[in-house]
Amino acid sequence: MFKILEANKLTPTIIQMIVEAPRVAKHCLPGQFLIIRVDEEGERIPLTICDYDREKGTVEIVVQAIGAETNKLMSLKTGDELADVVGPLGNASELCSTEIEELKAKKIVFIAGGVGTAPVYPQAKWLHEHGVQADVIIGAKNKDLVILEDRFKEVCNLYITTDDGSYGRSGMVTKCLQDLYDEGHSYDLCIAIGPMIMMKFVCKLTKELNLPTIVSMNPIMVDGTGMCGACRLMVGDEVKFACVDGPEFDGHLVDFDQAMTRMQLYKSEEGRLLLKQQEGDTHHGGCGNCE
Amino acid sequence: MDPFVRIPVREQDPKVRATNFEEVCLGYNKEEAMEEASRCLNCPKPLCVQGCPVAIDIPGFIQQVKAGDVEKAYQIISESSALPAVCGRVCPQESQCEGKCVRGFKGDAVSIGKLERFVADTAREMGIKPAGPKEKNGKKVAVIGSGPSGLTCAGDLAKMGYDVTIFEALHEAGGVLVYGIPEFRLPKEKVVKQEVENVKSLGVKIEKDVVIGKSTTIDGLLEEEGFDAVFIGSGAGLPRFMNIPGEQSLGVFSANEFLTRSNLMKAFDENSTTPIMKPKKCVVVGGGNVAMDAARTALRLGSEVHVVYRRSEAELPARAEEVHHAKEEGIIFDLLCNPVEILADEKGWVKGCKCIRMELGEPDESGRRSPVEVPGSEFEIECDAVIMSLGTSPNPLISSTTSGLDVNRRKCIVADEASGLTSKEGVYAGGDAVTGAATVILAMGAGKAAAKGIDEYLSAK
Repeated sequence: MFKILEANKLTPTIIQMIVEAPRVAKHCLPGQFLIIRVDEEGERIPLTICDYDREKGTVEIVVQAIGAETNKLMSLKTGDELADVVGPLGNASELCSTEIEELKAKKIVFIAGGVGTAPVYPQAKWLHEHGVQADVIIGAKNKDLVILEDRFKEVCNLYITTDDGSYGRSGMVTKCLQDLYDEGHSYDLCIAIGPMIMMKFVCKLTKELNLPTIVSMNPIMVDGTGMCGACRLMVGDEVKFACVDGPEFDGHLVDFDQAMTRMQLYKSEEGRLLLKQQEGDTHHGGCGNCE
Repeated sequence: MDPFVRIPVREQDPKVRATNFEEVCLGYNKEEAMEEASRCLNCPKPLCVQGCPVAIDIPGFIQQVKAGDVEKAYQIISESSALPAVCGRVCPQESQCEGKCVRGFKGDAVSIGKLERFVADTAREMGIKPAGPKEKNGKKVAVIGSGPSGLTCAGDLAKMGYDVTIFEALHEAGGVLVYGIPEFRLPKEKVVKQEVENVKSLGVKIEKDVVIGKSTTIDGLLEEEGFDAVFIGSGAGLPRFMNIPGEQSLGVFSANEFLTRSNLMKAFDENSTTPIMKPKKCVVVGGGNVAMDAARTALRLGSEVHVVYRRSEAELPARAEEVHHAKEEGIIFDLLCNPVEILADEKGWVKGCKCIRMELGEPDESGRRSPVEVPGSEFEIECDAVIMSLGTSPNPLISSTTSGLDVNRRKCIVADEASGLTSKEGVYAGGDAVTGAATVILAMGAGKAAAKGIDEYLSAK
């Protein structure tokens, strides 16, 4: 069992947790992920690591409630335990194996969308600790869904944009990036993490801008160690497993349309479970999937 | 009783079992077991023992069954095998012990597997545990993977007095016994969990959720965590795909994914939160034991199932018993054909599998006649799911993160067959990680050999 040392709701549907997982904390690097199980009957949930403390042996995760399992997670409190935490899985960000001087010579922009803001944080922090200053664009639907703002401010040059203009700049992250270019900024490397649809459109824009772009893929997974192949995706003309070959890939080579289609696989079954959990016996078939 | 004919074993009716996940074979009761045991000729030079990769004293335990002493029979088996309830169910006895049985020359071989299973199951019901370790010798050995080779190696070393810790990547111990082999062939609660408990009762510790190569490394275990030797039994977990068009469509799975969802994650159970696709008509590609397991799982989830295999029935690599059971349950075998494309509808879901007919040509390097495409013979099988069961290869996670560990061109770890020693001092390996995908019992044999190798190494040190 893995003890939850801190649990805070960042928004009504996003929870942040600090969990005791010494083996993961000792070896993880920015860009890697872990898999948790809430309880003995739980599903395996892959989550990108948001922060870690090697000395304390802890890792930080940020989770958005989107299905039955992640919903269960929302009710956990400080002092509770997770049944399983395994990792670090996948490869570290390429930044971690690049010469620092080379990074310093580059203008780097991160684009973070929604809960994808969390996995961007350790990368920005890592660069900051190594004396590299990067720009970060955080995009959220509205003011209430902007997370980790204060912590980002300490480690980077931050731009915030909201879809409805309720905070920071107005519009999608792609508009923000285009605006920055129009204002005279330019970049040598972009790292985009967020919903697949966001990453797809960021890549469309950065291709036009001729800006190399790394994305972090989060497809359906079971074991996370290369065993099941559920997370396979096309990168260029090659089949890659997000869990062992990724999760980060050259965004200009990823087939996003196919990757998004593959996310549909268990949609109706997941939805059914969620409704069953939320509505219990009162569920009357409104989901359109029940008999 | 006709001494040339074996006592038949009771099985669930095919029509009934095709709709449930209960065990297919019900096993012998005591009377049946004693009667079958009496068919053993107790040969002075038993060939069956030579056929057993872990060299169980087969006539020895069978004589005890004949005399009705299950406890003694169990202790005799336990001297050689850590997993008798598993082996009695999944070993290919027909090509091992039973294949060599003298009775088989003029009739049915003695039903050694079913007798082993009877002994293990009865011992469990009676609460009999394997004999415990001798004195502890204070030396620490790490075992990577809790599958058949790891459990065997750990059990043997613990009996010799070593302080053994198994590291398991998944959240459940057992390796392929829990994620690969289905409930209806190998019950998890009743059999696998119990065998794992037996190994633990010898003093073996199991740490789950540790991916060696990621959570720590072999060098870390040896240099930082104080282990004196390491055994790698990490199996062959990476699935193969065909690299044909349409393979990323919704409804194409590796057998590993399909079986892991059903077995490890219990998706076959209505109460599980893990989703699994329940196909209406599915194609399973491949002819091995894993293909049979995937096919029979899909069948139980309500699907019509076609096994598509590129060679003929004679070449099916699956055990004869599995093929027989699959046929009884209504699996359809489309032999001598091979998929060339997966067809999908406009939303990306599988709607069919385009295959081509094959014929057998000259024998290839494996001695099997290699299949050759018949030009222009393409045809379509309508289906909504395709499960790829084309074999698996070892995961490079460990070999790529361990200094001085040699692998061959198939990414299998190079290890001495007799001792399990790899190219790195103090590091031993066995099972599918060394051989590529093979059987439970061969992995156990390798785990056993490595335990001996490790003991010799650490005793001399």
